[in-house]
Amino acid sequence: MDIHEYQAKELLSGYGVKIAEGGIAHTPDEAVQRAREIGGNIWVVKAQIHSGARGKAGGIKVCKTLDEVNTATKELLHKILVTHQTGAAGKLCDKVYVEAGTDIKKELYFCFLVDRISERIVMVGSSEGGMEIEELAETNPDAIKKIYIEPAVGLLDYQVREMAFEMGLAPELMSHAVKTIKGCYRALRDLDANMLEINPLVITGNNELITLDAKMGFDENALFRRPKIADLRDKTQEDPREVEAGDHGLSYVGLDGDIGCMINGAGLAMATMDMIKLAGGEPANFLDVGGGASAERTEQAFRLVLADANVKAMLVNIFAGINRCDWIAQGVVQAVKNVDLKIPLIVRLAGTNVEEGRRIIAESGLPIITAETLAEAAEKAVAARNQVVANQGA
Amino acid sequence: MAIFINETTKIIVQGFTGKIGTFHAQDMINYGSNVVGGVTPGKGGQKHLDRPIFNTVKEAVEQAGAEASIIFVPPAFAADSIMEAADAGIKYCVAITDGIPTQDMMQVKNFLRRFPIEERMVLTGPNCAGTISPERSMLGIMPGHIYMRGNVGVVGRSGTLGYEAADQMKRLGIGISTSVGIGGDPINGSSHRDIFEKFEQDDETKVILMIGEIGGPQEVDAGMFARENMKKPVVAYIAGLTAPEGRRMGHAGAIISSAGESAAEKVAMLRDLGVTISPTPSAMGETVAKVLAGLK
Repeated sequence: MDIHEYQAKELLSGYGVKIAEGGIAHTPDEAVQRAREIGGNIWVVKAQIHSGARGKAGGIKVCKTLDEVNTATKELLHKILVTHQTGAAGKLCDKVYVEAGTDIKKELYFCFLVDRISERIVMVGSSEGGMEIEELAETNPDAIKKIYIEPAVGLLDYQVREMAFEMGLAPELMSHAVKTIKGCYRALRDLDANMLEINPLVITGNNELITLDAKMGFDENALFRRPKIADLRDKTQEDPREVEAGDHGLSYVGLDGDIGCMINGAGLAMATMDMIKLAGGEPANFLDVGGGASAERTEQAFRLVLADANVKAMLVNIFAGINRCDWIAQGVVQAVKNVDLKIPLIVRLAGTNVEEGRRIIAESGLPIITAETLAEAAEKAVAARNQVVANQGA
Repeated sequence: MAIFINETTKIIVQGFTGKIGTFHAQDMINYGSNVVGGVTPGKGGQKHLDRPIFNTVKEAVEQAGAEASIIFVPPAFAADSIMEAADAGIKYCVAITDGIPTQDMMQVKNFLRRFPIEERMVLTGPNCAGTISPERSMLGIMPGHIYMRGNVGVVGRSGTLGYEAADQMKRLGIGISTSVGIGGDPINGSSHRDIFEKFEQDDETKVILMIGEIGGPQEVDAGMFARENMKKPVVAYIAGLTAPEGRRMGHAGAIISSAGESAAEKVAMLRDLGVTISPTPSAMGETVAKVLAGLK
């Protein structure tokens, strides 16, 4: 789960990490008020959306007067911002963060993340901040330093010093660095974050170390014990279909194709989508209905798939283990009737009680196309989709 | 001889008396697994499914000779249960539980490494369908009847895609020595490579089928291990050709976040390492059949 920059900064500030003075605003008037409270004569108005690379997309504006703060806020609020991380749909900006301008002497890069290979938290830093780490990794991999943290003892002071020197920090900044880095580590551990990135971490003209931008991602499996973090979720930043799916215990990812899918199990779902592609079609979505697919959940899944207007045919592929094919078949029959399905439906059932499941489908009298194998199901789905397209063209 | 479990392996169920634990314990017993009891703290001394309940895993090991355990404990307490099993001397543990926090799994892995390797419990999962040595023992939640006994060792992240593979092979008359689900989480007990090592040493296993997916380095790592250290041929299918970058496809671990993690890249690297690739998910059975035929 991602959170906004201002939320990450608030959290980190509680762990002793130094941030520039700032505040959140939902209207241009509020933004001007925030700028007044902050004082000074230079402010930065930053769009709050769940994405990096906001600067390049025009989401960060430097202002020298209160009028400019007003204008900048007007330009950002209620706009869809498209960055190279958001995809073409972009993300809606409904609040801005107004921050005191910082006199930047040098920009550094710093992050903590869970490393799958070592199964440890890794600390990553570079004296070259500002740009994205992926870019840096390509152009100048030697400029990136990684330090792995032993879980039993946690982050040690010498590791922090090593990182700070590696990032080119002067000895007089060492105590600042230790406070910032250890604060970040504590936040990551205490709050069950799996990613914490400060880019850039800046050295100011006054020789202070300030967190200019902060990004945090959290382990969704740990939200049950971090209710305050769970409250920071901003559903407006997520695909509404995915949000709705999640609320019903379904896992959905919208894609660009036109063959809708409903499958049990993430691996089988990906494999079925592969099979559709190999048969010459394109899947409209990933949808894992999980283990205990009740009739109600099946119907919910149908509605979700069909809410995508692009969908021209739908494929159901269930390999029942804990599930039973007869239950699934009943759910499918009921769903087809309740959602008044208008497009071709291909159903492939396998596993527990498969004979009974097939009988229910056959006896339903509904125009459901059935398949025995995965390949057959994908081929029939693509053929049905092509037929729909041909009929539309005629 | 199969790996990890056979008809004599003494099994306990952690989270025995819960609804899910009860259902699957009964299913395993029906399959023929040697379930010798279960653990539910506070219910020790009672009986459930005609088998003893113990308060601790240690008691189950001492009194019932438990060797393997399966965990149905809810996510908040699952890491603790896994570590309890490891400390009690359980040799092999399957964690079915889905939704264990990543930092808990880091702690579990670190805890396991404290034991000398010969005493260390092997963990597979979490978030998996379990392990089955067909016609002998099932330590999992899979539909046992779709598995046939034979010479192919199967390892994969996904439950239902593993069923698909077992079904395709059975239709072709090909059986399985052991099928191991390693789970869909980013940090799991055993990697593909860890399971490869066990299959390489197992007399019954002639060919290995790896069912991989996008995200993480484990499939390629296993391929490299196979090229360096293994004589047995490896067949692989990698799911997720159509998966876009940066989107999590159901499994927490199934996300393309860096170079080399897409299905196409993994396939290319595995091919270079001498692994036979199943070009489509519906060709897993046929591809294994061809490789088996080549052995004779």
